[in-house]
Amino acid sequence: MKDSLVLLSRILAHPDSRCWFLAWNPAGTLLASCGGDRSVRIWGREGDSWVCKSVLCEGHQRTVRKVAWSPCGNYLASASFDATTCIWKKNEDDFECVTTLEGHENEVKSVAWAPSGNLLATCSRDKSVWVWEVDEEDEYECVSVLNSHTQDVKHVVWHPSQELLASASYDDTVKLYREEEDDWVCRATLEGHESTVWSLAFDPSGQRLASCSDDRTVRIWRQYLPGNEQGVACSGSEASWKCICTLSGFHSRTIYDVAWCQLTGALATACGDDAIRVFEEDPSSDPQQPTFSLTAHVPQAHSQDVNCVAWNPKERGLLASCSDDGELAFWKYQPSEAI
Amino acid sequence: MVGSGGMGGGLLENANPLIYERSGDRPVTAGEEDEQVPDSIDAREIFDIRRCRERGLGASSFLHLAHLIRSINDPEHPLTLEELNVVEQVRVQVSDPESTVAVAFTPTIPHCSMATLIGLSIKVKLLRSLPQRFKMDVHITPGTHASEHAVNKQLADKERVAAALENTHLLEVVNQCLSARS
Repeated sequence: MKDSLVLLSRILAHPDSRCWFLAWNPAGTLLASCGGDRSVRIWGREGDSWVCKSVLCEGHQRTVRKVAWSPCGNYLASASFDATTCIWKKNEDDFECVTTLEGHENEVKSVAWAPSGNLLATCSRDKSVWVWEVDEEDEYECVSVLNSHTQDVKHVVWHPSQELLASASYDDTVKLYREEEDDWVCRATLEGHESTVWSLAFDPSGQRLASCSDDRTVRIWRQYLPGNEQGVACSGSEASWKCICTLSGFHSRTIYDVAWCQLTGALATACGDDAIRVFEEDPSSDPQQPTFSLTAHVPQAHSQDVNCVAWNPKERGLLASCSDDGELAFWKYQPSEAI
Repeated sequence: MVGSGGMGGGLLENANPLIYERSGDRPVTAGEEDEQVPDSIDAREIFDIRRCRERGLGASSFLHLAHLIRSINDPEHPLTLEELNVVEQVRVQVSDPESTVAVAFTPTIPHCSMATLIGLSIKVKLLRSLPQRFKMDVHITPGTHASEHAVNKQLADKERVAAALENTHLLEVVNQCLSARS
């Protein structure tokens, strides 16, 4: 199992600072990183090595907590503790800040683009989730402020193909939102975690959602549509979400991130115990009650907390990770049967 | 992270706190004097942070630290956390081989609004003093504060701690707690 995740390279991406988050562009050719040094860096491959193509340091006054690429790959959004979100337009290797989204009262914790590219979501310690509409002139308009959470909202993520938004919070819950008659509404609250939910990831089909928490567990939630064969109750035409698997006992500290590979279905976690772990669903297990096996575990993947794991969207098994030590690492995940 | 309450001014929440005797300075052992002997970090050393050594960096890498956990200033009183019995050596747990430190602190009264600030000051002291490999947990002594769970959760949230320390006003208050009193 030890050799199933092999280190390819390691870069000091944000010296003397935390590296908080990573995002691959949709083509899988560029990786954006952000950190406590208030910058966003863009990394590209040259031969066998990864080099810094651009440094975006003019946009934010405080830590840049998360970054997200638009589905077309031409825009990058950065969310910062300075309460703003910057939208950067890509021209060749240059990035220009075209808009700054203001409105949150304090730290913006996460930003995510809907699959259509027409909607953007942001969330903040001010407990709110904002949905923004983007028009053809690159104008952004806030269309909804969702105040469903009772605490700091840590993460937002969109369904891979539908306009369904999920958020994770310090209030220990996950919430799901949909547009209804021109307004966005919370349609489900997923309860079960016993502490802060730090991150979320949909599986490739969008039928399942993984959440990771300060309670040191990962939970897998499954969507049940009205009239489902399993007899899971739904209210009206709304889908129900149910926890079908809890991965506990594997992580020894807070789990900061979870990433579901859209190509292979492998689930990676970033943990405060400095380790990276990969899980795979047991093919013979019941889809209604799946079991997952730990297929890779690198205990000292970084010298400090691992904050983020990101699977490349095009190259199978290429995983990037980053840490409080400011480093960015690239790993090759070998499927378990190859060992 | 911490409410707008600050240092000085206004009425003290606990006007007449019990004051405890300070422990003596920690004697330096012969083994520690010999810089060729790798010494491990123990609870007394965290309580009385004088120097910590990052393994493998050699004898010259001692970090000489001017301040001690026990001498962190209380935000309200002209006293140290040790003098108020907010920190005690028995509530410091450290494992050098596992790179973990846990500090429990005891607010002077169960409704002390300064609890988060005190915890944050201890956390910052540890972050600045110990090698980065250490995992640091700072929490309230169980059963000694009305908002124990909420304060512990905030202190354990590194994102909230990082954001709080980017707040210049708050950082100033923390630095005052950590500064040596003349």
